[in-house]
Amino acid sequence: MPGISTASLPDIVFMLLFFFMVTTVMRETDLKIKKPRLPKADQVKKLERKSLVSYIYVGKSKDGSPGDKLQLNDRVSDIKDIKSFIFAERATHSEAEIPLLTTSIKADVDAYVGTITDIKIELRDINALKINYSTLKGSALDNMKR
Amino acid sequence: MARRDTPEINAGSMADIAFLLLIFFLVTTTMDIDTGISRKLPEKQDPNIKPPVLKEKNVFEVNVNRRNEILVEGEHYMQIKDLRKEAMKFIDNGGGTAESLQAEGITPCTWCEGSKDPASSDHPKKAIISLQSDRGTSYATYISVQNELVGAYTDLRNRYANQKYGRDFDDLTNDQQELIKKDIYPQIISEAEPTK
Repeated sequence: MPGISTASLPDIVFMLLFFFMVTTVMRETDLKIKKPRLPKADQVKKLERKSLVSYIYVGKSKDGSPGDKLQLNDRVSDIKDIKSFIFAERATHSEAEIPLLTTSIKADVDAYVGTITDIKIELRDINALKINYSTLKGSALDNMKR
Repeated sequence: MARRDTPEINAGSMADIAFLLLIFFLVTTTMDIDTGISRKLPEKQDPNIKPPVLKEKNVFEVNVNRRNEILVEGEHYMQIKDLRKEAMKFIDNGGGTAESLQAEGITPCTWCEGSKDPASSDHPKKAIISLQSDRGTSYATYISVQNELVGAYTDLRNRYANQKYGRDFDDLTNDQQELIKKDIYPQIISEAEPTK
């Protein structure tokens, strides 16, 4: 019996590859808001245990409308959605882990402190007290020169 | 029929497949930035509980307006580069006398290297930095101010750790760090509701 020709094995692999490339969705982290440019700071700590971190993105919307837009993990949302978002995140973790959950705020350099304060008030109301302002490592004095 | 040797699979293209997959993942995954300033929000306060009475000299007021200008202690316009030094001077002042601190059960600060100005803070444990911004302040300024204030505490703690233990604050044991965080230079940064 003639041996099976293996010349087309790579083709099969490529088909599989293209199939996955087309069907899997990479995490859409910037749908309608522009990717926030993070400010710089030197008092930074690395976030340990990424599985315990929820992300809130704050930035300008892509269509140029005024005011900051929020994005929670992957959906564009509003301030009032924060509480349900955090509760949903808490539901996916065990009781012991809940006090260790951190919320990372990734906000654009030009975001307004008013928006950030509203977010913090919502988080404080539901006792999600551990927060982290996402920043690049660098000198904080650079933020003011812009 | 004589059994023929099964032809070997030509593995020459396996390397190509491997590289393709590698490049695919390199291109599609993002390296998320995971550094940042960690803060702990204060717990929600019962509106019926009155806040404690504070001496004005123990409070270092920092105000930032919507034009990103910084006003310190209600009088001095300050550049961001000077904020850290001023905050350190305030925290490290140690101007309290034994009698005035006795009521709270703390002894005068022996590790403070400040000028012991009676118009500035009594003791690092009583020194409160109060930050108020405006809703229109830019986040960049807010982060810079937070960074410099946290930096003031870090620098003081590092100085103390190096004098006492010969190492940086981060290299100390947990117990030593807790001692410094609670009794030597506790970080008390209070954020007020921003002005509209």
